[in-house]
Amino acid sequence: VSLSSSFFGQKFGLTERDLERYLGEALSRGGEYADLYFEYLATSSISLDESIIKSAAQGVSLGVGVRVLAGERTGYAYSDDLSPEKILKAAATAACIASGPASADSADLRVSPRHNLYEIQHLANESPLEERAALVKRADAAARAYDARVFLVQAIYADSLRHVLVATSDGRLSTDMQPMARLNVAAIARQDGGVPQRGYDGGGGRVGLEFFTGAHSPEALAREAARQAIVQLDAREAPAGEMTVVLGPGWPGILLHEAVGHGLEADFNRKGVSAFSGRIGQKVASELCTVIDDGTIASRRGSLNVDDEGEPTRHNVLIENGILRGYLTDKLSARLTGAAPTGSGRRENYQNYPMPRMTNTFMLAGESDPAEIVRSVASGLYCTTFGGGQVDITSGNFVFSASEAYLIEDGRLTAPVRGATLVGNGPEALKHISMVGHDLKLDQGIGVCGKEGQSVPVGVGMPTVRLERMTVGGTR
Amino acid sequence: MSEAILLEAAQAAITLAMSRGASAVEVTCAEGEEFTASVRLGEVETIKEAGSRGAGIRVLVGRRQGSSYTSDLTPAGLETMVSAALEIARITEEDPYAGLPDAAELGKLETDLGLWSQDIASVEASARIDAALRAEAAAKDFDPRIDNSEGAGCDTYTGCRVFANSLGFAGSYRSTTASLSVTPVARAGESMERDSWYSMSRSWAGLDDAAVIGRTAAVRALRRLNPRKISTRKSAVVFEPRAARSLLGHVFEAVSGESIYRKSSFLLDQLGHAVAAPRVTVVDDATMPGRFGTSPFDDEGVPSRRTVVIDKGMLSAYLLNTYTARKLGMKTTGNAARGLAGAPGIGHGNLYLSPGTMTPEEIYRDIGTGLLVTELIGFGVNTVTGDYSRGATGLWIENGEPAYPVSEITIAGNLKDMLANITHIGSDLEFRGSTSSPTLAIGDMMISGKS
Repeated sequence: VSLSSSFFGQKFGLTERDLERYLGEALSRGGEYADLYFEYLATSSISLDESIIKSAAQGVSLGVGVRVLAGERTGYAYSDDLSPEKILKAAATAACIASGPASADSADLRVSPRHNLYEIQHLANESPLEERAALVKRADAAARAYDARVFLVQAIYADSLRHVLVATSDGRLSTDMQPMARLNVAAIARQDGGVPQRGYDGGGGRVGLEFFTGAHSPEALAREAARQAIVQLDAREAPAGEMTVVLGPGWPGILLHEAVGHGLEADFNRKGVSAFSGRIGQKVASELCTVIDDGTIASRRGSLNVDDEGEPTRHNVLIENGILRGYLTDKLSARLTGAAPTGSGRRENYQNYPMPRMTNTFMLAGESDPAEIVRSVASGLYCTTFGGGQVDITSGNFVFSASEAYLIEDGRLTAPVRGATLVGNGPEALKHISMVGHDLKLDQGIGVCGKEGQSVPVGVGMPTVRLERMTVGGTR
Repeated sequence: MSEAILLEAAQAAITLAMSRGASAVEVTCAEGEEFTASVRLGEVETIKEAGSRGAGIRVLVGRRQGSSYTSDLTPAGLETMVSAALEIARITEEDPYAGLPDAAELGKLETDLGLWSQDIASVEASARIDAALRAEAAAKDFDPRIDNSEGAGCDTYTGCRVFANSLGFAGSYRSTTASLSVTPVARAGESMERDSWYSMSRSWAGLDDAAVIGRTAAVRALRRLNPRKISTRKSAVVFEPRAARSLLGHVFEAVSGESIYRKSSFLLDQLGHAVAAPRVTVVDDATMPGRFGTSPFDDEGVPSRRTVVIDKGMLSAYLLNTYTARKLGMKTTGNAARGLAGAPGIGHGNLYLSPGTMTPEEIYRDIGTGLLVTELIGFGVNTVTGDYSRGATGLWIENGEPAYPVSEITIAGNLKDMLANITHIGSDLEFRGSTSSPTLAIGDMMISGKS
C-alpha cells in the first residue's frame, strides 16, 4: 500500500512530503524521535430495550496526534483539524518537550510490513442498517423465548471502522484499517416477585456481520444471557475464605490479565513500580503455566495488524513453564531499556499517547481432562463467568469478580452461588496452579481494558485450571 | 471558538434538521482545551497540550429517534451529522415515551455558579510543572522509605458546553478545572506499596498546597507497608471518605430512573420506605457554586436543582430525566446527562451524604475493633440484587486506633443491609469531586482473608 493509494492519501491528499514536514517541525527543538498518528473513526450503535429499538447513533471523529520523545520525556499534542497549519502547530507544541536546536533528522519514510489478520467478507459498517438492527431484535426474541421468567432484555450492537496512519521519524510508514463489531445482551429474570437476577453475554471481534451466526448468533448469545440469569435465581450466598478454586475455560483468563498481564507492562517495570520489576528469569508461576500475549490471532478483538506505533504485533511469551520471560514494551520503554519491541504500543485514540498494553492474553493448554480437574476437588468453588477485574500493580494485589459459580462438593458441581470477588497477589497466585486442562478457549470478544483513563479492546483465554488456594469474597 | 460560535452551529443544525423532516431536535456542542504536565523523580516526564471540539445531535421523527456526532463544525460537517442522524432514525422504533421535555420545564439558573476561573485560563506551563515537582518532592522528602514514585501530575482544563433544542431553549456555560496529584511508592524490605493524594479545584488558586498533597500521599503509602492478611471474620467496617463515596455511587445507580423503570434496582418500590439507617441523608445538588457537579441546566435544558434522595433513612426521590420520568408517571428531576451523541442518560450533580458530628478518630474509638478501608478495587457490585463483594486495602483498628495495615482481603455484604447498618457518620465531609461522603462505619460485614 503506498501513501497515495491509502485512505488518508485518497481522502485528505496527504503526501510523504507533508509527513516529512510535520516530523521535521516536531524535531525542530532537539527531540530524538517523533511520530504522527492519524485516525479516522466511524462508529455506529443500535440499542434495544423493552423489545423496542429505542435509540441508534452513528458518527465520525478524526484527528492527528503528534508525539516527540527526548530521553525519558514525552511531548504530545493533537488536532481534530487535518489542515497543514493545525498539524504544524501541534507538531511545534509537542516539539517543545526538548529545548535546543534540531539535532535528529527524519529518515526517509518507507512503507513497513504488517499482518493481514482481519478476515472479513462484508464490513459491518457498510452492511445495511436494517441487517444490523435485526441482530438486536433477534436477541430480544430469543432471550424472552428461553424462559418466561425473563422479563427484561437489553441488547446493544456496535461497530466501528478505524483508519490509521503512523509515520515515524525513524522512517516507518504504516497504514491499517481496523474493523470491529460486537453484540451484547443482558437479560433480567425474576421468579414470583422475588429478587431479579441479571445475566450477560456477548461476542465480537475484528469481524463482519457474518460472524454473528452459529455459536455467535444473536440467539445463542441471548440464550446464554438468559440462562445465566435463570441460574442465578436459585443461587445461594457465596462462601468466604481461602479454598480450592477451579476456573473454567475462556473468559476466566481475566485472571492472567489482572494477576500478571498489567504487572508485566514495561512502563511500570522500567520505573521499578511493579511487583514483577526485576524478576525476569525468576519463577512466578507453577511450571504448568505458560502465558502468552499474542496480537496476531486472526479476527480477534485484541489483535492488530500493527500496533498504534506502527510496529507489527507479535506472539510474546510472558511466562514459560512458570519462569518470567519478558515484558510488553512500547517504543519509549524499548528505547530506554534496550528491550526488543513486542508490538504492544497502544492508545485509545489520537488524543492520547501510546503505552504498553496487552492484546490477547492466554495460558497454553495443559494435559489434564477438565472433568477430571473438577472430580479431583473434594471441596471448593468452580467459576465459569466473570465480570471485571482490577489490579494494584505495585503491591501485586488483584481482584476479579465471578458472576457464575458453583460449589464443588466431593468432586461434583452442586449449588450455584451468587457473585463473589476473588482476591490474590500477582507473583504468588499462579504458583498455586496444580492442574491445567487441555481445553484452552479464548473469550468471545467483548473485553475492554482500562489503564490511566485509556480504554482499548483486548482478549483473554485460558484452559480449565485448578488453583490450590485462592481467597473467595463471599458472605458465608 | 467562542460560545457564540458554538451556539450558532447548534442553531444551524437544528434549523437544518427541522427542514429535513425532524419533528424535534436537540444539539450539544462542546469544546475544551487540556494541558497536562507530569513529572517523575524530579524530571519532566510528559507534557500534553491540545484542544478539541465536537457536536452531537438527537433528532426525533415522530416517536423515533436517531443520533449522530461530528468533530467538524463547518456547515458541511453539520450537514453530514444531520443526515446521519436522520438516516439512522429510520431503523429505530416508535417509543411512545420518547421526546423533549415539556416547554414549561425548560430553563436555567441565572446566578453565577462559579464554574469558571480566569486564573486557570492564564496559568503558565512552567507553573504546572513546578506544582507537580513540589508535590512529588514533598512526598519523597517526607521519609527515606519513599524511594520511588509513579510521578506527579498537574492538569488544567478549560471548556465550554452549549445545548439548544427545537423548543427554543439555548444555553451555554464555561468551566475550568485544575488538579494536582502525586503517587509515591514506599518500600521496606520486600514490601512495596503505593498510594496517592490529590486536589481538584475550579480555580488555580483553589488547589491545596503542593507540599501538603505530597506529604499526605507519602503518609498514605507508608502506612500500607508490610500489610498483613487477616483471617476471615465478621467485623465492623469503617470507610474512609475516599472509599465511602463509592457506596454513594451504588446508591446513585440504584435510584436512577433507568434502573427503576427496568425493575433492576435493589431500591425498587422503596419510595417512601426506610432504606437506610435513620441518620442517613443523601442529597443530590447541582446548584452549589464552584463544585464539580454543578451546572446551570441539565443535558436536556432543564434547570439544575437540589433533590433529597434519602431523607433521614427514607427513600424520598428517584433521579430522573424526561424519558424515565414519563415512563414512571413522574416529573423530571433535572438529572439528564449525555455525551455528544445518543439519547440522554441519568447523571448526578453534587451527590453527597450529609455529615454527622463525630471526627474519624472518635469513630475509630467508638468502634474499638474493626477494619478501616482506605481503598477498594474491583467491580463486584450488583445493584440489581444489592450483592456486594470488593477487594479492600486498609488498616486494622485495635483498641480504638488504626494498628497495622491489611490487604489482599475482600469485604462483602448486601447493599440493603449495609445502608441499614450504617452506625457512624463522620463530620469530615469534603467536596473533592462530584460524589462526596464523610467517614462511614457499617456495623457488620464479612471480611474474607486467610483461613
